[in-house]
Amino acid sequence: MPVSDANALLGAGDTALASPAPRMEVRGLDAFFGKVHAVKDVSMAIPEHRVTAIIGPSGCGKSTFLRTLNRMHETIPTAYIRGTVHLDGEDIYAPGVDAVSVRRHVGMVFQRPTAFPTMSIRGNVAAGLGVLRAVGERFDVEERVEEALRRAALWDEVKDRLDASALGLSGGQQQRLCIARALAMEPGVLLLDEPTASLDPISTEKVEALVHQLRDGVTVVIVTHNMEQAARVSDQTAFFLHGEMVELSPTSDLFTRPRDSRTEAYITGRFG
Amino acid sequence: MSTGLSARTSLRRRFVNGFMLSLTWIAAVLATLPLLFVLFYLLEKGVTSLNWAFFTHLPHPPSMPGGGAANAIVGTLVIVAGASVLGVPVGIGAGIYLAERKGAPLAVFVRFLADVLNGLPSIVMGIFAWELVVVPMGHFSALAGALALGAMMIPTVTRTTEEMVRVVPSPLREAALALGYTQWRTSLRIVLPTALAGILTGVLVALARIAGETAPLLFTAFGNDFWSLSMNQPIAALPLQIFNYAISPYDDWHAQAWAGALVLIALVLVISLLARAATRSGFARASE
Ligand SMILES: Nc1ncnc2c1ncn2[C@@H]1O[C@H](COP(=O)(O)OP(=O)(O)O)[C@@H](O)[C@H]1O
Ligand SMILES: [Mg+2]
Repeated sequence: MPVSDANALLGAGDTALASPAPRMEVRGLDAFFGKVHAVKDVSMAIPEHRVTAIIGPSGCGKSTFLRTLNRMHETIPTAYIRGTVHLDGEDIYAPGVDAVSVRRHVGMVFQRPTAFPTMSIRGNVAAGLGVLRAVGERFDVEERVEEALRRAALWDEVKDRLDASALGLSGGQQQRLCIARALAMEPGVLLLDEPTASLDPISTEKVEALVHQLRDGVTVVIVTHNMEQAARVSDQTAFFLHGEMVELSPTSDLFTRPRDSRTEAYITGRFG
Repeated sequence: MSTGLSARTSLRRRFVNGFMLSLTWIAAVLATLPLLFVLFYLLEKGVTSLNWAFFTHLPHPPSMPGGGAANAIVGTLVIVAGASVLGVPVGIGAGIYLAERKGAPLAVFVRFLADVLNGLPSIVMGIFAWELVVVPMGHFSALAGALALGAMMIPTVTRTTEEMVRVVPSPLREAALALGYTQWRTSLRIVLPTALAGILTGVLVALARIAGETAPLLFTAFGNDFWSLSMNQPIAALPLQIFNYAISPYDDWHAQAWAGALVLIALVLVISLLARAATRSGFARASE
């Protein structure tokens, strides 16, 4: 899709976002759980090398939207979507596209750390690499593990105990381990669903700093209910309410001069 | 007035409470009595007949004193190992299926069948293996015994695997799927290892249950007075040996039957202790 179209979706008056092409492109997306209509007609361009934040009150459809971007939504029985999602110009919901292969290109980290309890630290980071090897990729596992841990800012803390159980790490370290595990797949896009919701302030700070660094190598979409966090780490922010995307603006604009009165009500804390 | 009344009620309540507690205490003691009695009796009768020869020698004919049950001990191990090879993979596979496809019609049906199978008299398992293996082969065999016991293991292993797989937190499954794992790979690489300690407990409990079974072996493994490790031939087994010796008219054989019973119960106890250890190590890991 042409860059100018993407800019139209991003809103006017934005120069910082004008250059990068959209890595992902969502059009007219509806997501359902049976009869529950959780995401309503959302369109969004997700530019490359940028951090996109999604904010909004609990239950507004942030996680559901995020999970449509790597086709995790459909792992829930009765869940389905309408609309299109393109990754690098390819429709990930097109017939014949394998959801499993989509997830290799679009990584995801969840609210609570999900380190695999029976695996070592190294084993966790390498957990997805077998999948890549199965589809014919060739690489040095040790190198990949080290690189992923470095990118997740965890290498120095764990390099001397790669064979220890991952459960011996603190919550914050486990969450960065999960980020490393996702990064080891070298995904084009990384989805983070409230990655600091279960962490203490210091760990939160580390993860936030990390997210900011990551965008050089990967396109990041982060869900957060913490507006300060969105302001700190993201380039553009989408505000969701009752399943609809009310506003998508460059982050600095959204928090200083929101275009929609509902956004303003939310960011100034006047909200039920 | 009201205070006096409440004092009386509380006295009465305390009396009833104490009385019921004592009843449950007595019941608890009664529940352990048969086991203690059996253990004590076995030790008394069995230890005197237990000697090194029992573990190393073949049975002697009744005219010759001495002899042992080495072939029966090894035979029991062979049959139990064969039963595990047949029963454990089927049980674990079925358990994973039940856990992952909870409500599917086939799952409901299989779960029901597993419960029926669990309650089936063990001699019926023997008949089943006899029909399936002994009749076509034309003779008794260790394989037929292993099949009968393996089939008996399946329901226990299936249901424990199902329970253990179900308690694996679903975020772990999601994390694996999000890495590009297929459902199948997720079950095998993430869910199964996480549930393994619990599954191992189920397998050991099933082993302890079948190790002492006699009825399913009567017309399958049949028994054998000589050395045999072949799955294709009749094979000796401790429970069979105990049975045959116990119903014989010879005092020497009666003594050997006691010794065999002692060895068998020791084997079952060891397996049960291993099962407990496996459970504990699983809990230790889960609560880490
Ligand atoms: N597994 C599910 N089954 C049915 N409804 C769900 C499920 N998950 C979420 N929902 C519903 O979808 C809506 C959006 O949920 P979610 O995306 O989790 O919100 P958020 O992440 O913004 O808090 C909510 O109304 C919620 O009740
Ligand atoms: Mg959520």
